[in-house]
Amino acid sequence: MLTLLIAIPIVAAIAVLLGAPARKFSLAAAFANLLITLGLLFRYDPGAGGVQFQCVIPLVPEWGLQYFVGADGLSLLLLLLTAVVTVAALWVAPKVEKREGLYFACLLFIAAGATGAFASFDLFFFYAFHELALIPTFLLIGIWGSGDRMAAAWKVTIYLALGSMVLLVGLLSLYVSIPADLRTFDLIRLQGLAGQGAIPQTGWIYLLLLIGFGILISLFPFHSWAPHAYASAPAPAAMLHAGVLKKFGLYGLLRVALPLMPEAAQGWTHLLLILLMGNILYIGLVTIAQKHLDWMIGYSSVMHMGYIFLGIAAFNVLGINGAALLIFAHGLSVAALFAITGEIRQRTGTLELSQLGGLAKPLPFLGFTFGIATFASIGLPGLGNFAGELLIFFGAFAHAGPGLEFSTFQIATIVALWGVVISAVYMLRAYRAVFMGEPRPRWNTLTDLSPCLRPALILLLAVLVFTGFRPQFFVNLVKPTVTALIAK
Amino acid sequence: MTAPLPILLDITVLAIGLILILWEAFDDDKEKSFLGWIAITGIAAVFVLSFFARPIEFAQTSQLARFYTGDAFALFYKRIALGATLVVLIMAVEFRPLLARYIPGVTPNAGTGEFFALPVLTCAGLMWMASAVDFIMIFVALELVTISFYILVSYMRRSVASLEAGVKYLILGALSAGFLVYGITWIFGVTGETNLLQVGAAIRGLPESSATPLLFGMALIFVGLGFKIAAVPFQMWVPDVYHGAPTPITAFLSVGSKAAGFIVLMRVMQPFLADPAIASKLLLILGGMAILTLIYGNLAAMPQDNLKRLLAYSSIGHAGYLLMALASWDGKGAVAVTVSYYLAGYLLMTLLAFLVMIIVNKATGGDDIVNFNGLSQRSPVLAFGMLMAMLSLAGVPFTAGFLGKFLVFRDAIAAGQWALLVVGVITVGAGFYYYLKVVRAMYWKPASDASPIVATPLVKATIGALVAFILILGVYPQPILKMLKAQPETLQAADA
Repeated sequence: MLTLLIAIPIVAAIAVLLGAPARKFSLAAAFANLLITLGLLFRYDPGAGGVQFQCVIPLVPEWGLQYFVGADGLSLLLLLLTAVVTVAALWVAPKVEKREGLYFACLLFIAAGATGAFASFDLFFFYAFHELALIPTFLLIGIWGSGDRMAAAWKVTIYLALGSMVLLVGLLSLYVSIPADLRTFDLIRLQGLAGQGAIPQTGWIYLLLLIGFGILISLFPFHSWAPHAYASAPAPAAMLHAGVLKKFGLYGLLRVALPLMPEAAQGWTHLLLILLMGNILYIGLVTIAQKHLDWMIGYSSVMHMGYIFLGIAAFNVLGINGAALLIFAHGLSVAALFAITGEIRQRTGTLELSQLGGLAKPLPFLGFTFGIATFASIGLPGLGNFAGELLIFFGAFAHAGPGLEFSTFQIATIVALWGVVISAVYMLRAYRAVFMGEPRPRWNTLTDLSPCLRPALILLLAVLVFTGFRPQFFVNLVKPTVTALIAK
Repeated sequence: MTAPLPILLDITVLAIGLILILWEAFDDDKEKSFLGWIAITGIAAVFVLSFFARPIEFAQTSQLARFYTGDAFALFYKRIALGATLVVLIMAVEFRPLLARYIPGVTPNAGTGEFFALPVLTCAGLMWMASAVDFIMIFVALELVTISFYILVSYMRRSVASLEAGVKYLILGALSAGFLVYGITWIFGVTGETNLLQVGAAIRGLPESSATPLLFGMALIFVGLGFKIAAVPFQMWVPDVYHGAPTPITAFLSVGSKAAGFIVLMRVMQPFLADPAIASKLLLILGGMAILTLIYGNLAAMPQDNLKRLLAYSSIGHAGYLLMALASWDGKGAVAVTVSYYLAGYLLMTLLAFLVMIIVNKATGGDDIVNFNGLSQRSPVLAFGMLMAMLSLAGVPFTAGFLGKFLVFRDAIAAGQWALLVVGVITVGAGFYYYLKVVRAMYWKPASDASPIVATPLVKATIGALVAFILILGVYPQPILKMLKAQPETLQAADA
């Protein structure tokens, strides 16, 4: 089943490249994937837990290399995110004049790469599938991007290639550090080895993994590729990249780095806390200073990674549940924001905040949906992000120090709470600058989002609202997995 | 039917080469392009036959065993040589119309026959090199290869670049052969042997003080072989020779010459690795060469505008990754497998790139990166082939190029070569830049001339086969590992 999930987008991409009707084929593939993912979600037995729907094909037994896909609660949540955002991204993809086939094929490859990475339980394929998305991103930004697309395409590609190499060295070091007769790329077996204490807890290997994943997640100070790339990328590419692909690094920390090297991770907790405060405070202030809507959203997505890092760093059930929930909710909200931004760019030709204003009048639907996504992004109750952030804050704050004074964790939590205020400042300011105020005459002729594109945004926001009101549904899905990952 | 002996393969290839030369000499038929087809068919037949051959070990008493081995590695490198020659001959058939421009002669067919015969003879030399376990034999096989290349590199007599390339290659080639022979004499002087097995045995019985002359001899041999595999600081000839030589020959040089260089390097190193004092110094030298080669090859490739030159520097860069693996060698099988796998992948992707380049050159009249502008619209098949070649060279997962780098990094980590790893990570990043420059030209840039480029069915089939192998070996390396699994008998025997 999971192999099908990976194969459908790839087959559709090849068909589209060979000349099949691009939009119809891609959307059909995305919908098929959404249906399959929903099917898996309901067929998954949380009582039994563990990795289900396994498919294993041994490739090189002596290296412990195999094709191994499966799904547990955590990966199902991310697969659902991938499927939902892919449908939305392909749906809102604007009409492209030049080379429509290649455009949709690239988007499908990104989706396939993300799906494969989240479904793989073999380190080699886990890594390889993620890299599958690198070249399509390069082409999407380079060919169809806006603004300084050349520089953005180079920057994101080289930066992420380097990050991936650091990650590869980290993963291989982990692999080599295991005694030769036990070496395997099988994540479940590795998990078992970690349980027996057969994996050496070497500090620098964890640091390599943290930096490698950190670059892919835009951890401060390795974030500078992200806003640039998202500002230049075409909207569907930004949705998929910021909404789904960037979550690969977080998933990797949760799935590989922390469970396999929990003790090594301890030594770097303070570093991670300091860096994530950089994400929240420094990037938060940088976000406030942005003058373009797309750059602002790009920076805001970097900033929000800080919260998720906080949940991961807390490394307790509460914090990691929150991190998983926020990964999901943030993916949806940032995808919605980028979709709306793309639509506005198409209509006005500019995203400079000082040029826009009063757009809510000609574009009521976009204004409304942008408002919801903004509230989600700030973390208002009733939307998924709130539930995630709340759990993270409780999880992190639970790390009390020995005495009466605050522990570093608690200080970081307080800083993160301030971050909520910062994000309220920039998101609401942006909302006011774009949609409120005196309507400018030159924007009066703009037309709102056409009804046939609306379901895409409604889908994203509906899932977001559902997450906000019934976070228990997802928490129950993830919790057994999280408990198993932490238990050691 | 009994399995053919490895040596039979070498003899058959030599016979095909001789038949081609004689046919060319005695046939006054005007049209000679059919000789290319004979060569292709013959080499293809031997290539297929080689998969029925099984590695064998000669009895120690046999005369042949003193200088020749038919072990699994020899057989594997014979297949590499045959596969490379096959694709090079297909390229040569495509390239021949261009060749006629540069050769003065009464008939447009002048020089056609040799252009197909010499690669076949070179192939015979490469196959001998794969089996050579005696310094004398290594030297003779190497000369057969090099002399054939002297002629082939300067084949386009009216092209100044080709002549310059020929002279450079000749002078530096002769110089490096001198170093090689000088190194061999030092080792012979200390050990009294030229057979690698005997050398290994002799080293163990030698006093401590003989380590220095042995190291000196090996350093000289590294100079000679460093020239063949394009390692820094012996790489000066590479860009100009690659640029000036006819494109099929450039491809042959960068693949065949490198593969043969590495199998010889591995065989020569093996006996010395048994002695830890000598081994550590040898690996240090190799590590230093690897760092320089990685940095030079990858950084110098970045500003190149000509694809042929770019691939020349990239070929230096890949020699760096291979040296990185060799510098992590502990004398056991893993690194030898890594190097062999890497070379097989490198063969596929490099030949693919050169094949597309020849077709594009025929249509656009040049091989600058500019000539590739808008190729994705002019010929999606060629652009896709080039895309796969570039992705594999850059090391994107699911390609043979990635798995090769993956193994190299694994071995380097296992050996704790941290300096090499840091340099390696950075140069891979640089590699992404210059390989994607080609992708950018093909997919972003508009074409100056939108007319479609047609490729013959043979070319399309070859591109398809190479792409398929790149992808399959990228996730399923088992066939190659199986071929190499019958461990190299001589390499192991030296340990004993």
